Amino acid sequence: MKLHETAPEFRVKIDRDLCTRCKRCTMQCGFSTLSYDAENDRIVADNHKCVACHRCMVYCPNEAITIERNTHAYQDSGAWPVYLRERVYKQAATGGVLLTGMGNAMPYETIFDHLVLDACQVTNPSIDPLREPMELRTYMGSKPDALEFDKTDSGYKLKTYVAPQIRLETPIVFAPMSLGAVSLPVQKSLAMAAEMSGIYMNTGEGGLHKELYPYARNIVVQVASGRFGVFDKYLKAAIGIEIKIGQGAKPGIGGHLPGEKVDDQVAATRMIPPGTDALSPAPHHDIYSIEDLRQLIFALKEAVEYSKPISVKIAAVHNVAAIASGIARAGADIIYIDGFRGSTGAAPTIIRDHVGIPIEVAIAVVDERLRQEGLRNRVSLIAAGSIRSSADLAKAIALGADACAIGTAALVALGCRVCMKCYTGNCSWGITSQRPELSRRIDPREGSVRLANLIRGWSHELKEILGALGVNSVESLRGSRERLRGVGLDKETLNVIGVKPAGVGY
Amino acid sequence: MIHGFAESKSFISEGHIPSGCAIGALLNRAGVRMPGTLVVDMMASMRERSTDLGAGYAGYGIYPHLKDFYAFHLMYSGAAAQVETEKLIRSKLNVEREEVIPVKRIASIKDAPLLRRYFVRPNAIAMAERRLDDEDEFVRQIVMHINSDINGAFVFSSGKNMGVFKGVGFPEDIAEFFRLNEYEAYCWIAHGRFPTNTPGWWGGAHPFSMLNWSIVHNGEISSYGINKRYLETFGYRCTLMTDTEVMAYMVDLLVRVHGLPAYLACKVMAPPFWAEIDRMEGEEKENYEKLRMVYGSALVNGPFGIVCGFGRGMFGLNDRIKLRPMIAAEKDDMVYIASEESAIRSICREPGRVWNPKGGEPVIAELYEGVAV
Repeated sequence: MKLHETAPEFRVKIDRDLCTRCKRCTMQCGFSTLSYDAENDRIVADNHKCVACHRCMVYCPNEAITIERNTHAYQDSGAWPVYLRERVYKQAATGGVLLTGMGNAMPYETIFDHLVLDACQVTNPSIDPLREPMELRTYMGSKPDALEFDKTDSGYKLKTYVAPQIRLETPIVFAPMSLGAVSLPVQKSLAMAAEMSGIYMNTGEGGLHKELYPYARNIVVQVASGRFGVFDKYLKAAIGIEIKIGQGAKPGIGGHLPGEKVDDQVAATRMIPPGTDALSPAPHHDIYSIEDLRQLIFALKEAVEYSKPISVKIAAVHNVAAIASGIARAGADIIYIDGFRGSTGAAPTIIRDHVGIPIEVAIAVVDERLRQEGLRNRVSLIAAGSIRSSADLAKAIALGADACAIGTAALVALGCRVCMKCYTGNCSWGITSQRPELSRRIDPREGSVRLANLIRGWSHELKEILGALGVNSVESLRGSRERLRGVGLDKETLNVIGVKPAGVGY
Repeated sequence: MIHGFAESKSFISEGHIPSGCAIGALLNRAGVRMPGTLVVDMMASMRERSTDLGAGYAGYGIYPHLKDFYAFHLMYSGAAAQVETEKLIRSKLNVEREEVIPVKRIASIKDAPLLRRYFVRPNAIAMAERRLDDEDEFVRQIVMHINSDINGAFVFSSGKNMGVFKGVGFPEDIAEFFRLNEYEAYCWIAHGRFPTNTPGWWGGAHPFSMLNWSIVHNGEISSYGINKRYLETFGYRCTLMTDTEVMAYMVDLLVRVHGLPAYLACKVMAPPFWAEIDRMEGEEKENYEKLRMVYGSALVNGPFGIVCGFGRGMFGLNDRIKLRPMIAAEKDDMVYIASEESAIRSICREPGRVWNPKGGEPVIAELYEGVAV
């Protein structure tokens, strides 16, 4: 009988000379890879369990641990890459759907990496952000096309109604990550960092834990197909409400939080019995058309007396431009578009890796479509799905986004190594685990500072980019595709995203 | 080819043209009309800031006997364009008078296009067919249609009792060519051009004008890409690929279409910083906050100094961190705006007040109330 379907992916190597048998690594590993062999007085590794999350390596006081890829040989085949063969072995053994976490892992071309930004030389001056004001403030919400004023003795009186807005001090928000998918300390870190940075975090569809209510002015709450944790106070506390239709990592697919992860805390927040599976249906059972969406948008607006913007989150799919236009007409104030590299706590691998379109294309076509239909002012756009750096942020804004959401980048700031095992609940870094001995590894005070540092760093970099572009306000970059050029992109793609090839002037 | 309007393949320039420049403007608030020679003297003193690649003037009050008619000034690259345009004009407009724009042949002005002017009124039936009751909007649509759809024809002036004269050459030469000394206006706006990367062409010279608006511009708009896309959502088509065109349409959109007061329109194009808005109170704070929220894409970013004529006056505006020069002065009924103080002093040795307007702070000068022009 064979013990394993495949050889281990990684090997944990322990330098016996450096190791002092302190056993710290055995406690650090959430996946029980390492144990102490008392008989032989040494640390041993069950390599099959290792996910290469580096927790043991980083916490080893003697730097005795290294993790290596297990480079076992297979016969070469261009048609049958090793990972596909190994998936077949696993499925042949179990008959199940293979799960994974995080974002699309396939090596599709990243369009962001084929876009370059402009800068000023001579004819218009660049601006030094260290000496001159440089503005990143962004308002999310529906704006009228024009304002009307009456002349008064003291000045001007505004006559036009402007819908409620969410003010961001920098055009970044935290992507929705539910309690259940991530641990409470992670959500607290996000909420505290959002407050420190003047941005918002998003509850995802797991409800709002009572300890997060003090941060509600920097929180957008979600109403998703499972309706978990949705009640009067939840809607009223937040600064915005988001209807989640879809997610970039699994467009058209529902969610399933296994009962094992539903402890008392998650149960209370989601308003379900502890230990039960939390199933989010693929569609909302009351939304089978755009007019149904409109009813939910206005039901929520009525519930909060039109006091806050309503966002609608969708996955970037082929017809995203027309869908977004419908959502704008349905009365949404913000449209959140999640590209196919967006992350998840759990999704079928086959869906994560093969469904949806890149955010670069999606945001560009949606922005253009809304402009053509005269709807662009009516909604704010959030681009998400692998915004990996301030360069991606700047490029997404130039393509048409008002702001970007970051999920993976935020988790990486908290230590995540992108091992893609979120769905197991064993996260050694305590990020996606509900096991108290693991989740307490995130200290919200430290975590929030790290997240706020990331936001500050990216904001500074964005200011540098704006300064080089010779503009002193982010709205002068928003939708300004003239400041982008494509390198190595085919003509059709350039056409679709409305960007000229490098070498062409204005 | 450099001067080549007549020789260029298409009337429409191939690329977006940034430029630096000289600006001069003056207004008599009592409505007294002055010959074009005054503003030409201002421009002559700033010759260093200009080139032979483009210059132009706008005069307000120059057609007092035909002041109720839209004065269309047209450039044609050839007879075919003229035939096509005149057919359109005659089908949509009632032509009161048409004539060749009088010019003086001088050696330094080469390759001038055919220049015609038409004094017109909207044809009531054509307006009804378009289901429009606003004459200005009807005329604007015709101008946009000619400029974007008829190859080789360009309406460079379309206001009432005002006219634009522009072309490829130094400001003094263009003035002589168009015989500016024969016109009298209560407001003159002038421009000398220093294009930075593309040769000048006749249509690309300033002022850029639409209806009664005319605009001269010194600068390069770093936010050109989004300003253009923003205007396109309101039906404007930016065909000339110049920053100034964007400026002119922006003013048209904000003031004529959206009805913003000129002062607030300036505050949209060069808004106060958030830090300043945060220090404001009450109504003022709310107004500026909402203006920036709603009109973020209309913020004109990058270095600019503009002077804009609007019929009953003019305003000057700099970008909000004043990256281009602009000086204003007053003396009795006169208001002057120029890129250099020396230009003002060349025609007004002792102004009553000379000041350097802050970035983003418009200088708005209007005819006295009740002055008829």
